[in-house]
Amino acid sequence: MGLKKHWQRRHVVEAIFKYVMLISFVLVLACLGYILWTVFSKGLPSLTWAMISQTPKGGYYLGKEGGILNAILGSLYLAMGGTLLAVLIGLPIALYLQTYLRKSHWGKFIRISLDILWGIPSIVYGAFGFSVMLAVGMRSSLLGGIIVLALLELPIMVRAMDEVLQQMPKDLEHAALAIGATKLEVALKIVVRQMMSGIISAILLAFGRGIGDAASVLFTAGYTDRVPTSLTNPAASLPLAIFFQLSTPFPEVQQRAYASALVLTIIVLAVSLGSRWLSVRLSKYSIK
Amino acid sequence: MYHNSTNNQQHTESQSEGRFSRPSIPSRINHERRARKVFFFITLTPIILLVGIIIALVIRTWPILEKYPLKELLLGTVWKPQKGLFGFFPFISGTLWVTLVGIIIAVPPCIFTAIYLSEYARQITRTIAKPLLDLLAAIPSVVYGVWGLVAIVPLIGNHISPFLGKYLGFIPLFSSENPTGYSILAGGIVLAVMIAPFIISIIFEVLSTVPKGVREANLALGATRWQTVHAVVLPKVIPGIGAGIVLGATRALGETMAVLMVAGNVVQVPVSIFDAAYPLPALIANNYGEMMSIPLYDAALMGAALLLLIVILLFNIISNLILKGILKRSWG
Repeated sequence: MGLKKHWQRRHVVEAIFKYVMLISFVLVLACLGYILWTVFSKGLPSLTWAMISQTPKGGYYLGKEGGILNAILGSLYLAMGGTLLAVLIGLPIALYLQTYLRKSHWGKFIRISLDILWGIPSIVYGAFGFSVMLAVGMRSSLLGGIIVLALLELPIMVRAMDEVLQQMPKDLEHAALAIGATKLEVALKIVVRQMMSGIISAILLAFGRGIGDAASVLFTAGYTDRVPTSLTNPAASLPLAIFFQLSTPFPEVQQRAYASALVLTIIVLAVSLGSRWLSVRLSKYSIK
Repeated sequence: MYHNSTNNQQHTESQSEGRFSRPSIPSRINHERRARKVFFFITLTPIILLVGIIIALVIRTWPILEKYPLKELLLGTVWKPQKGLFGFFPFISGTLWVTLVGIIIAVPPCIFTAIYLSEYARQITRTIAKPLLDLLAAIPSVVYGVWGLVAIVPLIGNHISPFLGKYLGFIPLFSSENPTGYSILAGGIVLAVMIAPFIISIIFEVLSTVPKGVREANLALGATRWQTVHAVVLPKVIPGIGAGIVLGATRALGETMAVLMVAGNVVQVPVSIFDAAYPLPALIANNYGEMMSIPLYDAALMGAALLLLIVILLFNIISNLILKGILKRSWG
């Protein structure tokens, strides 16, 4: 027997499947490249300083002067408010699941219900939110949008945090418990600090989801050309700005929709890359 | 100072002894007890929310369920809310078509990509691929919609539809009477790309539950890698892959904005992949603002949301239970 490989049928099959896999992989990445290229090449030519620094003037949707500052700020307010609210509810849930419930049946039950909530589409959250708002006599407003976004982001955030907190070194917890710390102290002073980088990336993940979501804020936050000044004002959002500008028949306005899509994509990319950078930065301070 | 020392005996005592002024042990334990209760009630939020959504939608849908038999609603093909005709069938079939086309396009490349990343790729490729897939998942659905509108719809309208219509037009599935490109196929392609990172990461996770030793034993016997994958790894994880695909389908079922922008939104029961479709989420999003004046319209749209929710809940629960079982096996 020499070292020369005898080509048999199975080797041919192996080679074929290897290339099929490689092609699939490249295809998936190519889609990402194609999407980003489309958005950048369409959006860059019509992206001007005026667009991101002004609110729409009269006749903006007919192609006149103005910008989408209302939508940019509206989206940031909505997503920040929603994320803040989701952290206030979500962090205690994640900590409770991890330090108190562990793998008990009750914990399993909560986790499954979070998984199910995560699968509910945003349009259903929107319809639910709006029908509750109607029932209590609330009109489309920043507050309504923030609450619905918080509910939408909650399962995404808690699931991500839960996964991160499972990496928590058990020795560290046991050491703290052994010198007399209560579980609450372990959760707040040990787990949160040790896992800060992961918790921050979970929060940013939810923020990115929230800022890009259109269907949930469509009815609950409404749309306006002004920058919201109070929680009861309606608020514009970038995804809806893109959608509305695209549905006009004027090419100039559609160009602006592409530019708005570019702005939204840049924000989402920045959040995604920023969370990666932050998690590397912050993990320096955790005990390995 | 004076005020302090008279009123707070314990405080001054601990100060006089040394620098430490810690709360006493019983108060820390009280904190703990109180926090446990507060945490418990906050943790009920997901369950309350889930039940609340279902109850709210059922209550809002009730008026129309009382007035029309379920069969008429689900199988009726005429949608004329002004005349009191609420047939959901065009929307249901539109949703199913778009989702099915999306899944069929997405599944083969996703399975191969996941196998590649888990079985063939070097560590460095994996570390590069992960953030890129995360990025693909992070792109907002409206941006997907813009991409579909700019890139996919013209591609279908100008090239794919005339080409396939010319050569395969005798099959009803490929007959093209809609020259615009706003079609089921456009919605399906956009959905396929949207759910790809999602399906890939689930299948990858499922594949990594197969113990390394099983693969090594097979490779040591002289099998090629594909033989190992095909004969040993895949049979072990088929249910998990199925669950991953079903979860991907539930994402596709509920996707609103991207599909709304490219699927055409014509109320009809489609027969060809080049026909326009009007999926349920698009129906809700397009009409919710203006339903106030027409009786039962509001209940009908809530019914659409409820229908969507029920289907997604069923799929979700089943596939989550399957996945939980598989992923637990790897923990020990």
